[in-house]
Amino acid sequence: MTVISVEGLKTHFLTRAGVVRAVDGVSFSLDRGEVMGLVGESGSGKSVTGFSIIGLVDAPGKIVDGSIFFHGDDLSKLSARQMQALRGSRIAMIFQDPMMTLNPVLRIDTQMIEAIRAHEKVSRKEAWTRARDGLAQVGIPSPEQRLRAYPHQLSGGMRQRVAIAIAFLNNPDLLIADEPTTALDVTIQAQIVHVAQKLCRERGTALIWITHDLAVVAGLADRIAVMYAGRIVEAGDTDDVIDHPRHPYTVGLLGSVPSANQRGQRLTQIPGMTPNMLALPEGCAFRDRCTHSDNQCSKAPQVSTDERGHAIRCFHPQYVKTPA
Amino acid sequence: MTPIIEARGLSKKFVKRLDLAGKIAQRLGADIHEEIVHAVDNVSLSINAGEVVGLVGESGCGKSTLGRIIAGILPQTAGTVLVDGKDTADMNSTDRTAAALAVQMIFQDPFASLNPRMRVEQIIGEAPLVHGLTDRAGLSDYVDDVMMKVGLDPLLKQRYPHQFSGGQRQRIGIGRALAVKPRFLVCDEAIAALDVSIQAQVLNLFMDLREQFELTYLFISHDLSVVEHIADRIVIMYLGRVVEAADTEALFDDPQHPYTRALLAEIPRLDQRKRDFTPIAGEIPSPLNPPSGCHFHPRCPYVMPVCKTEVPKLAAQHDLRQVSCHLDNSTRRIID
Repeated sequence: MTVISVEGLKTHFLTRAGVVRAVDGVSFSLDRGEVMGLVGESGSGKSVTGFSIIGLVDAPGKIVDGSIFFHGDDLSKLSARQMQALRGSRIAMIFQDPMMTLNPVLRIDTQMIEAIRAHEKVSRKEAWTRARDGLAQVGIPSPEQRLRAYPHQLSGGMRQRVAIAIAFLNNPDLLIADEPTTALDVTIQAQIVHVAQKLCRERGTALIWITHDLAVVAGLADRIAVMYAGRIVEAGDTDDVIDHPRHPYTVGLLGSVPSANQRGQRLTQIPGMTPNMLALPEGCAFRDRCTHSDNQCSKAPQVSTDERGHAIRCFHPQYVKTPA
Repeated sequence: MTPIIEARGLSKKFVKRLDLAGKIAQRLGADIHEEIVHAVDNVSLSINAGEVVGLVGESGCGKSTLGRIIAGILPQTAGTVLVDGKDTADMNSTDRTAAALAVQMIFQDPFASLNPRMRVEQIIGEAPLVHGLTDRAGLSDYVDDVMMKVGLDPLLKQRYPHQFSGGQRQRIGIGRALAVKPRFLVCDEAIAALDVSIQAQVLNLFMDLREQFELTYLFISHDLSVVEHIADRIVIMYLGRVVEAADTEALFDDPQHPYTRALLAEIPRLDQRKRDFTPIAGEIPSPLNPPSGCHFHPRCPYVMPVCKTEVPKLAAQHDLRQVSCHLDNSTRRIID
């Protein structure tokens, strides 16, 4: 059952300096309980894709084209009020900085009870019980005490867990996780991934895990989509994308991960810088940094999909095997 | 061989002194104390010329503080730092300047570590000019040369830091350190703030520079996979103390301290698919009030009564590896 289906989404930012095509024709869909890793570097449009789905794109940003279907309903046709009813209940999001979710001047219990009562008519007492159970489920010790704390009294990892607990309060069908572990230590990162993985599995929540870290999604995701300059350049099963990357950018990105290389050897790096979104080259946005580009690449490549559903957007698909 | 850098019994305490109101309240019997953080607690470390030592730990474990003390930009509370076998505290001013120039530091945040009001030429050229490595007439060529070494276009030297991308700024920071011809670089999370593709470029630059100038690195990072790639030897810290130190190969093949094992088990790897993430419980405790005995005991799966009372010694084993744990190898194997 398809939970979310995004078709040809274009989110542009109309700035004074010009139009930034942050998301420029992104399509994907997710089934119940499926985990998709959305991978890209800063400025690739991966976060804006997430914000577009949940309807949090601020001016000067605007969804200019494409549609987002949630359980078959076109989200762009919904009124602000209807969208608000979905947001935080059926679709939830966690952010890199949990302080974006948490209000610094309100206690945890106030915020959690508010989140429940905004979507459901329940008594404060019942909401409190659900909030406590929610905290316990994300592995927070002595949840009754933690409910009385303010966000600043908790550590970064603990705050992120509270954010996850809030996201799961209303049993969402879709969770968008925007780099939730980037600012955290390895051991805390493992705890956060563990909690999110567990809750999504138990409840069949579809998960979009946005990150720049291929190694995390390799262990977590069913499918991976790689974004570059506003477009998905490669998408497919995790095994296909990581073991047999086809797009030169994915090949380069995987080569940049130290653990994929021989200890002490030079990493296979991608030349050049992350692109300036205001001055993208015509055609394939990656061609300036690509070692395989030729005249053909000045036209935008179309998506080609093989029989396994492994899709790429490139004229020069690669056939390499990543050393495991 | 005399190690290029040696730290003996280094400690650093940060004390938050009581203000007047606090002092009065304390006199009147209130339960208020000075807050003391043992950021670094009796750490010894020696690094030979040409070696790359990785210093790994979670935030708050004191790795950056140790790096800063070794780089000489933060005074230690106790212990000594020796450069080329000489105690920096006993040096005359000429030697001290030479030692300070030999040891340079590269910082994490390429946005905060460069003066926004200086042009690249000044940022890189200031120190060599002051220390007589070049004169005014030769400064321009000198800066060009350094910029080329770190992969920057010398034509950009009249620009300000904000006109560069994150990766380029980090190259400016590296250039500034290299400009005084150091032999030893302390890299404090030097690639943590960069994008993946740029990380690889800067990591490659570090490896090239090491070969070209026979540099020695202390590479501080929370990312074991990066350290695994670049370091010859790895030192793992937990709450101000070294818990394990070993050659990279040995550490990854056979981690011995329970904390090291937990860390290694938790690095996400490309070759692990559909894994169940099973984290170690708990978080790094507050350094204000560290657990007694072995600092790791509240999170340790092998904890014994002795761990709660006695601090384990950092014991050297046969292959120059050091482990600070009450368990010995044979017991640990049996438990496994």
